[in-house]
Amino acid sequence: MENLTISDPPPPPLQHGGPGGMPPVLGRAPPPPQQLPAQMFTTAAQLLDLTDKKLMVALRDGRKLLGILRSWDQFANLVLQSTRERIFVAPGTAPDQPRGLYADIDRGLFLVRGENVLLLGEIDLDKDDDAPPGYDLAEVEVVQNLSKQRKQQDKTKEKQKVKMLAKEGFEGENLGEILL
Amino acid sequence: MLFFSFFKTLIDHEVTVELKNDIQIRGVLKSVDQYLNIKLDNIQVMEETKYPHMSAVKNVFIRGSVVRYVHLPANAVDIPLLEDATRREAANQAGKGK
Repeated sequence: MENLTISDPPPPPLQHGGPGGMPPVLGRAPPPPQQLPAQMFTTAAQLLDLTDKKLMVALRDGRKLLGILRSWDQFANLVLQSTRERIFVAPGTAPDQPRGLYADIDRGLFLVRGENVLLLGEIDLDKDDDAPPGYDLAEVEVVQNLSKQRKQQDKTKEKQKVKMLAKEGFEGENLGEILL
Repeated sequence: MLFFSFFKTLIDHEVTVELKNDIQIRGVLKSVDQYLNIKLDNIQVMEETKYPHMSAVKNVFIRGSVVRYVHLPANAVDIPLLEDATRREAANQAGKGK
């Protein structure tokens, strides 16, 4: 792995203004876009300031993981510590369920292969303890069962949709794979 | 490298990124890299109630491979410059092919 950090000095010392020149710290960079240091625009620089933060990682199979980012590489392969998987069920999955539900499952240490990552979100710690609007914390078993039910419903719906589209000669962009 | 350079000129502008799973995220473009991975700050998710997992998230790193569209602010795009850069890139590519 390259050993560049964003606090390394930029290659061309073209600093204007600021006695001694400002260190190119991400987030407090000098006015864009002309003189931004090239190493700011690497995967490494982008992930560096997410390191050791609590993140929400959305995976390609629809799973949401919450954990602390400890290590990574240029492919966005990730190591997450104290990971919890959070499952959500949208409101209306069960007939008598006006609000959404969610539950956390402790998963421990995760190594995620980069290709499976959709996005990483840094969690605002002020909002971390609040339930998402319209959602309540519930028992893991309850949420897991509802989630299974939901997936089945979605699958059936998707199958019908694909069938109808296929009848008209359409082929979907991600046939056979429901992205969540 | 054309689009990499192009996105670099849009740093600090507000863009909307639409992912292949249909989620749309609006935020200030903070960084981009060679894979067109994108970092957005101060994000806001369209149809927020459909994506409860994003409610406590303030900034995101989006893997370039899952992006479907990036909606750009039209007034932040220097079209003559982009056309020029495109021609130069095309000329470069043609030169390499020979």
